[in-house]
Amino acid sequence: MLDPYRIREDFPILKRKINGKQLVYLDNAATSQKPRQVIDAIKDFYENHNANVHRAVHTLSLEASQLYEDAHEEVAEFIHARGMEEIIFVRGTTEAINLVAYAWGLRTLRKEDEVIVSLMEHHSNIVPWEIISGITGNKIKYIEVNEDGTLDYESFESLISGKTRIVCLSHVSNVTGIINDVKRITKLTHDHGAMVLIDGAQSVPHLPVNVKDLDADFLAFSGHKMLGPTGIGVLYGKREILEKMEPFQGGGEMIREVSYDQKTKRCSIFWNVLPWKFEAGTPNVGGAVGLMEAIRYLTRIGMRNVNSHEERLTKYAIPRMEGCCRKVKIYGTKDTAIKCGIIPFGIDGLGSHDIALFLDNYGIMVRSGFHCAQPLHEMFKLSSSARASFYIYNTIEEIDKLTEVLKETDQL
Amino acid sequence: MVNVDDYVARTEGTCGKEQDVIVIFKYDKKDEAIKKILGRATTRKSIAGIISELTYKGFSFRLYGSGKVIFRDLKDKEELNSLLSKLLL
Repeated sequence: MLDPYRIREDFPILKRKINGKQLVYLDNAATSQKPRQVIDAIKDFYENHNANVHRAVHTLSLEASQLYEDAHEEVAEFIHARGMEEIIFVRGTTEAINLVAYAWGLRTLRKEDEVIVSLMEHHSNIVPWEIISGITGNKIKYIEVNEDGTLDYESFESLISGKTRIVCLSHVSNVTGIINDVKRITKLTHDHGAMVLIDGAQSVPHLPVNVKDLDADFLAFSGHKMLGPTGIGVLYGKREILEKMEPFQGGGEMIREVSYDQKTKRCSIFWNVLPWKFEAGTPNVGGAVGLMEAIRYLTRIGMRNVNSHEERLTKYAIPRMEGCCRKVKIYGTKDTAIKCGIIPFGIDGLGSHDIALFLDNYGIMVRSGFHCAQPLHEMFKLSSSARASFYIYNTIEEIDKLTEVLKETDQL
Repeated sequence: MVNVDDYVARTEGTCGKEQDVIVIFKYDKKDEAIKKILGRATTRKSIAGIISELTYKGFSFRLYGSGKVIFRDLKDKEELNSLLSKLLL
């Protein structure tokens, strides 16, 4: 069991006051706050080790290269990949999905092929596939979502076929927090000879994730949602798949050799080994160092403890939010056994932005809008929603504060 | 000469079907802006100075004590600027 009060001591921002009130940060599904350890690791990198990585022999570059490679190893261990060659550093989940869409999809998909995504996806797992489909002409099929926000597995079973080339699905919905049975999806997808890309943006920071157990072909996630800095994220890919894929971007670092041929007047290019083949240009070394420290922090706590803490908060919050004011409505399933610490809600007569602004007056930060998941909101017949999302540093007292303030909206 | 930009720190278009606009006043000007708006618009409802539902020349909006206003159903930026000019200048 984790101690959120002890953990809070590590997060300087949580001491801040907003509008004269103690900050209550409940927008963790958008981004997490950063512990002192992560901030210090980034500071230490720039103060003591900063240099460009690889292909230099001076001390600083060797130190930076070692740190950068250690970060890959740390991530590999965290998600149980086979090694760092399966870990590609990108800017975030969006770039990771785009990498697969462009490097694999654009080169592979044909008109007769089908890509399956779900209606609960974040736009970053819809738009890249729609763009590629606009170029290659391949079909996109959408898995339906049930009224309670859970995935309609029968709909998926009716869509998958021999024409399916890839299934792209979020592990945890960023709107409802619902955990999809991706293992079930992966099994059925592989039975049809297709691949699976899992959007782990909302699962890797909150649940123990084991890519071997899930048998995922690709897993995408962001550092900033798991205590790390912005601008660093991960694409995990099975080594044998990554080896067959062509690079996403060209430039330095991703090549082993670029040789000019006097006869053909062209350059012949040989790709670098994994994972560097997919990391063109100078990488975000400072970000990688921060992510490594964030993973160490989470590992010390234990991902099972992270998950149980959030489950406890969610179990506590749902009835209290509903009970505090007759106008509060929670969207999607309330079954905490199949959801993470994300609670989408609305208040009769108030827009989601009004809710967020009202709470902001009391120092409580929640998100409002579509949360980059407009199709799911359309399915719920919602113009937008407010969303409270929890993490390791949130407390029961903060939820009490939230419900106390929500109570006041009864007067509106 | 005083203009709207002297009061406004940031304008944020919202995400969602509503397409509301949130105007955030500069910290050192927010109290003055709130006072002016409350003096010119009609208050329909208010909760302890935290949130006020207001109407002004056919427009309805909510003003927050933290120095933020949420406007609805505005046509465009020009309409927003014109409304803010009338409320603040």
